[in-house]
Amino acid sequence: MDLLTPDIGLLFWQVVIFLGIFLILRAFAWKPITASLKEREDNIQSALDLAEKTRAEMAALKADNEKLLAQARIERDTILRGAKETADKMVADARDKAAAEGQRMLELARESMQNERQALVAQMKKEVVMLSLDIAEKVLRKELSDKASQEQLVKELVTNSRLN
Amino acid sequence: MMRSLIYKISLCLALFVSTLPAVKAQETHESAEHGEFNVGDMIMHHIKDEHGWELAHGLTVPLPVILYTQDRGLEVFSSSHIMHDEVYNGYKEHEGDIHRVTATGEIDESVKVWDFSITKNVASLLLSAIILLAVFFSVRNGYEKNKGRAPKGIQSFLEPIILFVRDEIAKPNIGPKYERYLPYLLTLFFFILINNLLGLLPGGANLTGNIAVTLVLAVISFLITNFSGNKHYWAHIIKPTGVPIALLPIMIPVEIVGVFMKPFSLMVRLFANITAGHIIILSLLGLIFIARNLGGTGTGLAVSPLVTVFALFMNGIELLVAFLQAFIFTLLTSMYIGSAVEEHHEADHGIGYEGTDPHH
Repeated sequence: MDLLTPDIGLLFWQVVIFLGIFLILRAFAWKPITASLKEREDNIQSALDLAEKTRAEMAALKADNEKLLAQARIERDTILRGAKETADKMVADARDKAAAEGQRMLELARESMQNERQALVAQMKKEVVMLSLDIAEKVLRKELSDKASQEQLVKELVTNSRLN
Repeated sequence: MMRSLIYKISLCLALFVSTLPAVKAQETHESAEHGEFNVGDMIMHHIKDEHGWELAHGLTVPLPVILYTQDRGLEVFSSSHIMHDEVYNGYKEHEGDIHRVTATGEIDESVKVWDFSITKNVASLLLSAIILLAVFFSVRNGYEKNKGRAPKGIQSFLEPIILFVRDEIAKPNIGPKYERYLPYLLTLFFFILINNLLGLLPGGANLTGNIAVTLVLAVISFLITNFSGNKHYWAHIIKPTGVPIALLPIMIPVEIVGVFMKPFSLMVRLFANITAGHIIILSLLGLIFIARNLGGTGTGLAVSPLVTVFALFMNGIELLVAFLQAFIFTLLTSMYIGSAVEEHHEADHGIGYEGTDPHH
């Protein structure tokens, strides 16, 4: 058993035992261990990838939301503006219509007042004529009751006729 | 007062170190006469293999001795029978090797004894195999129990190391085909690591510092590398890229030698690093006994605190080396495999796989 010459017995046992533990460990330890390490690494990697993807999706979603919001805001503004315009128009229309109606009614009132007045004036004229005729009749009847006055009248009438 | 004492001890130590060869010579002489302490023998005894496992001085666990001889076939008996140079069943241990003895007690060299004993190293190997299986089966169960959840206990302790082997050793050096070789690299890494650490325990066997063990590991790496070599790998050996035709007679033998030099360097690197670490620690501890032999028990006790500090420091370094050598063996193996399976041969001779420029 010299230091530098390999011993046949130890060579034999080393080959047998080393190959033995190599084969056993390869089948029952290294393969399961490296497989689970790989599996875990893959899991972690896929989890990280998923997180990254989710983050990208969230960002895209947020961008979409903002776009949608902006669009909604623009639409709202358009609708509000439209509504205001319609309201203004309606108010203006109503005012115009009311003014026109008032004008028409005023016109109508004026016309009917004119008619009434004319009818009144005509009535009054008729009444005055009747009254005048009554008075004249009464006066004439009183004047012509005595002879002297009749003569007087006749004389007067003759005189006046001469002048004509 | 304290400082001057430290100076004195350091001086003593320096003196010992400088006179170590002389001491050793004297020691050898002494030990031959009186059976006294011999640091060289002690170190060699600790880093070499033995029949029976000496956990501490005088406390030896007997292990089975398994012998095969042409005439007698397979024989199994306990190492306790041949522990103290006794003759048992016609066998005797001489300098660590078991020999057949004749009826008169002489070593019979004509009979070749095949020794497949469960020695200290084989026992330690079995122990490490049991530990590896127990630990990684528990880790495997952890993955099944905590499926899709965070790791727990020993699983969370070993997962970073498994991931390190996969992501820092296999993936960058082998490239996209790393998954085929990952089980071998993981087994290699943890086998070397656990045996390096077991070797650091007091009474532990110097398994990864044994040339037979590193030889087997290197040969397996060599076989895997060359059996997975693609046409680029072999073409590179026959005709190295960017080399003038005139240089080919030199370069082709160099490349062929390189194929064998790679596993050879793996074998020697691990063996030498671990053995050297053990020798350093044992030498440091041996200083205490050398001091005792020179100046009596008092000197030995005086030297021991300083030696303990040094030995503790070396143990820390060895702990680092245990990880480092497991890492380097695995890294270089994956580099060699990487250079053999590479699709587009890079001009960097497989020093680094980046995979960034496939059109190079």
